[in-house]
Amino acid sequence: MSDTYLGMPSFPQAKASTRDTRLRANLTHATRTIRDKRARAVAELDDWAQLREAGKRIKDRTLRHLDDHLVQLEQNVTAAGGTVHWAADAAEANRIVADLVKATGEREVVKVKSMATQEIELNEALAAEGITAYETDLAELIVQLGEDRPSHILVPAIHRNRGEVRDIFAAKMGEWGRPAPEGLGDSPAELAEAARLHLREKFLRAKVGISGANFMVAETGTLVVVESEGNGRMCLTLPETLISVVGIEKVLPTWRDLEVFLQLLPRSSTAERMNPYTSFWTGTSDGDGPRNFHLVLLDNGRTDTLADEVGRQALRCIRCSACLNVCPVYERAGGHAYGSVYPGPIGAILTPQLRGTASAVDASLPFASTLCGACYEVCPVAIDIPEVLVHLREQVVERDGPGHRTERAVVRAGSWLLDHPAALGAVERWASRTRGLHPRRLPTAVARAWTDSRDLPELPEAPFRDWWRKSR
Amino acid sequence: MTVPAKGSSRERILARIRAAVQDAAEPPPVLRDYRDSHQPDDPARLLDLLAANLADYRAVVHRCTGAELPAVIGRILAERGSRTLLVPDGVPEDWLSGTAVERVRDHPPLAPDRLDAVDSVLTGCALAVAETGTIVLDAGPGQGRRALTLVPDHHLCVVRTADQVVASVPQALPRLDPSRPQTWISGPSATSDIELDRVEGVHGPRTLEVVLVG
Ligand code: SF4
Repeated sequence: MSDTYLGMPSFPQAKASTRDTRLRANLTHATRTIRDKRARAVAELDDWAQLREAGKRIKDRTLRHLDDHLVQLEQNVTAAGGTVHWAADAAEANRIVADLVKATGEREVVKVKSMATQEIELNEALAAEGITAYETDLAELIVQLGEDRPSHILVPAIHRNRGEVRDIFAAKMGEWGRPAPEGLGDSPAELAEAARLHLREKFLRAKVGISGANFMVAETGTLVVVESEGNGRMCLTLPETLISVVGIEKVLPTWRDLEVFLQLLPRSSTAERMNPYTSFWTGTSDGDGPRNFHLVLLDNGRTDTLADEVGRQALRCIRCSACLNVCPVYERAGGHAYGSVYPGPIGAILTPQLRGTASAVDASLPFASTLCGACYEVCPVAIDIPEVLVHLREQVVERDGPGHRTERAVVRAGSWLLDHPAALGAVERWASRTRGLHPRRLPTAVARAWTDSRDLPELPEAPFRDWWRKSR
Repeated sequence: MTVPAKGSSRERILARIRAAVQDAAEPPPVLRDYRDSHQPDDPARLLDLLAANLADYRAVVHRCTGAELPAVIGRILAERGSRTLLVPDGVPEDWLSGTAVERVRDHPPLAPDRLDAVDSVLTGCALAVAETGTIVLDAGPGQGRRALTLVPDHHLCVVRTADQVVASVPQALPRLDPSRPQTWISGPSATSDIELDRVEGVHGPRTLEVVLVG
């Protein structure tokens, strides 16, 4: 685990961001809007429950035989003209990509938004080798030009409003390429137009593209990228060389399996019947798209996660971000608070598993949740996030013993909540609405770290804040 | 095929996977008891649904008979003021009989900046999915390579309603060849990245017009 690196600013960053009322207002607006739209998109399909169960089972069966599917995928990508590389950790993946880019003689790459490349901090690794990576997703562009961090899986710049985006574009575009038009206004349409012009010159001359993938099909060697803006198509189609960095858990056994996930993902993610653009490619094609295709299969802690009987279900995740939008803690705290590229409920179970809980920060992540269960209900592949959270809490305590570091982790999560009254209020409200879902006792020693007794506090008779203060 | 060295990351990752799952039970089988389609089997209704869903995602939809098609294409290009039209190989000659705009061919293959200078591109498609309002391109005849429908700002796409419309995603996949590069298009390029305000058209064609013929 020591090699696993997920790129994490420290937890105290949360304080600055939560106190920003604008961020909170933006986030509240965003999460509520997406949540309502999503409910309508899902309600259009009366077989959602069956699709969800199928998605869950396909992923579980794939993970059980992940070795076979990856070997088959490798064979088929190779047969179709691609080259497959295997990276055990972030450093190895970054080294492979940097070497591939250098071999082309290029010093610039265009990138389509990918969680995996953020996870390994590929841009920073390339910069260290003198290679500039241009982010091309509008939100990622805002984040990159603003020297900022993404705060949401789906809308990474949701913490910026239009005025801020205008200022960033006006000040920074010139440093990276074509400057923003004179007198740039702040309507989203004008800002999108500025991004179109700024990025077009980069797309048209790009020789190397870097992507992730939403799905990889073992039986055909096909990769699939789901997107909205068309920057993905640009990166996947125009360059001569395409390098895709993909987590090993993204493989699906069959072409047919896509019929489940291409229904689950768009509706659950952007609340659309289908996202504007989905690209499929299998190796290379004569005269159409890149002449060279490299697939980098990334482990970086995934096999550790796979080894955990309870925790491995996190590998089913299709990164739809629905769990973020229903989470009362996320809504109040914002994505930066989770201190990793995977925010919200999924981040709280994925980050500590990918990276381990060796640091106090990571050990505290499983505690920054209310166990209200909304994330599980909304998850299109039925990941029981509360179950994994409780399991990880147990692990932290069992390994370290009660007291000492564990206590500090709990105190840390607890004081984080106390530092953020809005988040805490949400926790209390949700907790009282979902009382039936709370275990009366936390398993084993975890509870001892929280209170002297093994019973959970009654809600809402003993208000959380009072209870917390008394029990410290 | 990459020949892995012994002790390579490939072997290590595969060994770690095997160790991780060796004691895991076989998960339950996949039940495909979800629907093959959410629509009644009625071609006229499917077509209406396709038109409605395309329009809902801001594509401009036209419907006409085969005989009317050349005139419809001519009118669309005239109204837009297009002077150049990119025509991939395999577009039937008679589709173009109602327009005098300059035709641009992709051979030898045009560089990206040449594609950027073209006003419009005219293609057919592999199929269309009614439930999702999706046009599928697979680089087959009359569609060209992927860049042709990506760089120009105006994409005009003709769907033959008699044999190219399916109801649903589960009905679409078996008809498609995974070895061909595919682009599924559901409305023009869009973003909601700034304050969740939807803006049509970022990097792909900002205007998508679909002609349902038949
Ligand atoms: S855990 Fe489930 S709901 Fe959350 S991002 Fe992953 S798939 Fe979506």
